[in-house]
Amino acid sequence: MQAFVGYAPMLPEIVIAIGAMAILMLGVFRKDVTPGEDFGSGWLTVMVLIIGGALILNGDGAREALFDGAFISDAFSRFSKLLILGAAALVLVMSLDTLSREKLLSPEICVLMLLAVVGMMLMVSAGNLIALFLGLELQSLALYVIAAIDRSKVRSSEAGLKYFVLGSLSSGMLLYGASLIYGFTGSIDFSVIATVAQGQPATQNIGLIVGLVFLMVGLAFKISAVPFHMWTPDVYEGAPTPVTAFFAAAPKLAAFSLLVRTLLMGFPGIATQWQQIIVFLSIASMVLGAFAAIGQKNIKRLMAYSSIGHVGYALIGLATNSEAGTQALLVYLAIYIVMTIGAFACILSMRTADGPVEDIDSLSGLANKNLGMAFVLAMIFFSMAGIPPLAGFFAKLYVFGAAMKSGLYTLAIIGVLSSVVGAYYYLRVVKVMFFDESKVTFLPVVRSTGVVMTLAGAFVLLFVVIPSPLVDAALEAARSLHVATAAAAR
Amino acid sequence: MDLASAPILSIVMFMPLVGALLIGVLNAEAKGNARWIALYTTVITFLISIVIWVKFDPTTAGFQFVEERALLDVMKFKLGVDGISMLFVILTTFLMPLVILQSWKVIDHRVKEYMIAFLVLETLMIGVFCALDLVLFYVFFEGGLIPMFLIIGIWGGANRIYATFKFFLYTLLGSVLMLLGVLAMYWHAGTTDITTLLTYKFPYDMQWWLWLAFFASFAVKLPMWPVHTWLPDAHVEAPTGGSVILAAVLLKMGGYGFLRFSVPMFPLASDYFAPMMFALSVIAIIYTSLVALAQTDIKKLIAYSSVAHMGFVTLGIFTFSTQGTEGAIFQMLSHGIISAGLFLCVGVIYDRMHTREIAAYGGLVERMPIYAVFFMVLTMGNVGLPGTSGFIGEFLTLMAAFKVNTWVAFLATSGIILSAAYALYLYRRVIYGALVKPALKTIQDLSPREIGILAPLVALTILFGFYPAPILDVTAVSVKKLVSSYEAAVGTPAAKIQPAVIPAQPAPQPAQH
Repeated sequence: MQAFVGYAPMLPEIVIAIGAMAILMLGVFRKDVTPGEDFGSGWLTVMVLIIGGALILNGDGAREALFDGAFISDAFSRFSKLLILGAAALVLVMSLDTLSREKLLSPEICVLMLLAVVGMMLMVSAGNLIALFLGLELQSLALYVIAAIDRSKVRSSEAGLKYFVLGSLSSGMLLYGASLIYGFTGSIDFSVIATVAQGQPATQNIGLIVGLVFLMVGLAFKISAVPFHMWTPDVYEGAPTPVTAFFAAAPKLAAFSLLVRTLLMGFPGIATQWQQIIVFLSIASMVLGAFAAIGQKNIKRLMAYSSIGHVGYALIGLATNSEAGTQALLVYLAIYIVMTIGAFACILSMRTADGPVEDIDSLSGLANKNLGMAFVLAMIFFSMAGIPPLAGFFAKLYVFGAAMKSGLYTLAIIGVLSSVVGAYYYLRVVKVMFFDESKVTFLPVVRSTGVVMTLAGAFVLLFVVIPSPLVDAALEAARSLHVATAAAAR
Repeated sequence: MDLASAPILSIVMFMPLVGALLIGVLNAEAKGNARWIALYTTVITFLISIVIWVKFDPTTAGFQFVEERALLDVMKFKLGVDGISMLFVILTTFLMPLVILQSWKVIDHRVKEYMIAFLVLETLMIGVFCALDLVLFYVFFEGGLIPMFLIIGIWGGANRIYATFKFFLYTLLGSVLMLLGVLAMYWHAGTTDITTLLTYKFPYDMQWWLWLAFFASFAVKLPMWPVHTWLPDAHVEAPTGGSVILAAVLLKMGGYGFLRFSVPMFPLASDYFAPMMFALSVIAIIYTSLVALAQTDIKKLIAYSSVAHMGFVTLGIFTFSTQGTEGAIFQMLSHGIISAGLFLCVGVIYDRMHTREIAAYGGLVERMPIYAVFFMVLTMGNVGLPGTSGFIGEFLTLMAAFKVNTWVAFLATSGIILSAAYALYLYRRVIYGALVKPALKTIQDLSPREIGILAPLVALTILFGFYPAPILDVTAVSVKKLVSSYEAAVGTPAAKIQPAVIPAQPAPQPAQH
């Protein structure tokens, strides 16, 4: 028993993993459920996520390392994990109805989602290269299957396959990079890698840098930063909408947290080198996200390109390699996730008597038919465009603020200009909803989806009134990471 | 509750928002209710805002009615007004009931949303003029785009989509650069508090960049030539109420921005860029007046004349003199009244004939004598005839410009002649001539409601023409402080400004004849 007490910081992960097993067992032995409409497993999954979140909230966020530093629990991981659990729970709540209508609500998808969540939580806490890879693969393998969960539809299988092939390629690169890093530094531990790299001149770090580049390619794929974004639009479009919503929120944050921790903890000595790469990824993502979204007709593809653009803005925070930058990144991602979940709640509600629709055109005149939903979606899109006083403005305020503080003026200017270009396609959706004549009539919004939609809308609108809790929590999280990094450097 | 310590600016600012929420909550029989709630709310807001004017102490230059609440490191909720901003708040609250009344019969679909949009817009506009925090200012400044985008896009004319996108993206493009400037200022000075920043001295090269960043935003908003092209489109396509607010209040945010930020916070850069501002102002005055002369659409003509009038504002501000600055403020307020009146006049005949083509009218004086009188007074105000408020502002700015550079004054004065040309030409074509067009034979004169809307504007145009003291007294002390702090920062003004009017330089002298 004594040994078990030492695992206390890992308790949330353990509980969720056990929960996943339990739901799997229940699914095997319960016979009275209509296949594909297993609401019981669905709500149980939500419960497990909430319990996990409560356990994390219960902890004090003090820094603790388990397994020789492979698993790190600190304020940073606490912040990210709470967001991941919250996002997963909200997405599941709002999509239960859609999943059951599509006959997809089986115990399997619930188990896979929980395992993916455990993988994400391990990613967030990863303190060495092995833990990094384990977490990443646990998450990815679960996600590959979830993407292809709708076996009867070709597009879903295609999305799963595409995601799997490209994802394995990126995992391979990541692994190759990790092996190079291990070869050149003799350690898999981030803090040891950092000390080794710090001790020698930059010319001797070439091997390490090459390894890091491969590692970053693998992670850039996971956050879908340009030029490793190709899979995103297809997977977003092909996967069932609830799955897309799940993909768009929690995994992005997990991969981002992993990238941030790896770079800040493991490679502070060669920061100037990786900063250049991040700056490039950031600019390419912002610009491509802004321009490529203009021509999209499918709302899910639009969301895919929009997410690519947002990844670019969030990367600005990382590019600054500063505490303010990490704080900005966390604020940005938190706000982005709420906006995305709200937007997908609206997309889930785009359904007619003939089934779900995904054309932007079918939103025409929504304001005449369902003003509430049109209003929420419009506010979320204005917010994504970064118009004050909505939440998205503050997200952009913080990343651009961090960039200006660190003197990355060019990056900031390109960022704001591409945000103007990006505003165009968000406005286009608002225009379709508010200015055009209506064509299609949607079925009424399901209650659980409506609740999530309302919550997201309220957050976006009212963030300006009490912004400090989120901003302060993000600051605390960023500080925990930077203080640890500074201590390790000494 | 102690009335003296009540947060009056917050009350005035949030009152419209409360009205908007009420309209949103009340669903039954929305049309009538929405109109009445909007009217009550705006009237009450106006009445409370009068208290601000009454209690305002014109003998101090500092900010009054200051309220403060912490929100974030980069943004706090801080409000306050001084002599420069206070009257813009009153202008906004004064015009809103008129706008609501104007839409009473005209707006018949989606009334609820229309009223909500205007009330939210009012809150944001008041916020712009009251904000004493840079980021808070930006939030209000940009936030106004959302309701305006919807107002033009939903209730606008045939080409409204193009116009509203152009309006939105143009303004956003200018503003995001200002946002970067705001952030740079925050990291340099460590605060976003406007009262602190007003006395903070930025290094010269930084001022230079900051000035350009803010210029990008204000020049688009004002608008100045050559970034004015969104304005005619937006004005023409907007519903009458939208045009009124756009011309009377939203444009003033640009001029207010120059006065609040560019000149006092970046005096050295303002001094450096003053010649460019003069050039752009003069081009705006002459070029857009000529363009106005060629218009066939009434609203477009007035829109271009707005650009020309804003040229006088920038001209006055960048003379850095008491006269010029007071003239600029006066010109903005007077233009707020006159252009609002003119757009409402256009709205009156548009509601009856559903066309804005000048050629479709003529001889209206025969059927609409009251309308002809109202329109005439406002037209004269637009021309800048002595005895109307338009004269005071233009005269003060021109006099200030004359002291700095006689050529600028000469060219700008010629703009007044042009403005007389296009305004009178418009008046002749619409009001005079024979009433031959069959569609006009049955046109009705102003209804009591329309008289009620236009009469206050006409009365104020004449009142401030003869008795400008209420405005000038309020602004005087704040303007003096602005000018003296500018002079202290730039150095001896005498050495810089005098040469242009020293008699030993006779060359520019003939220009005034």
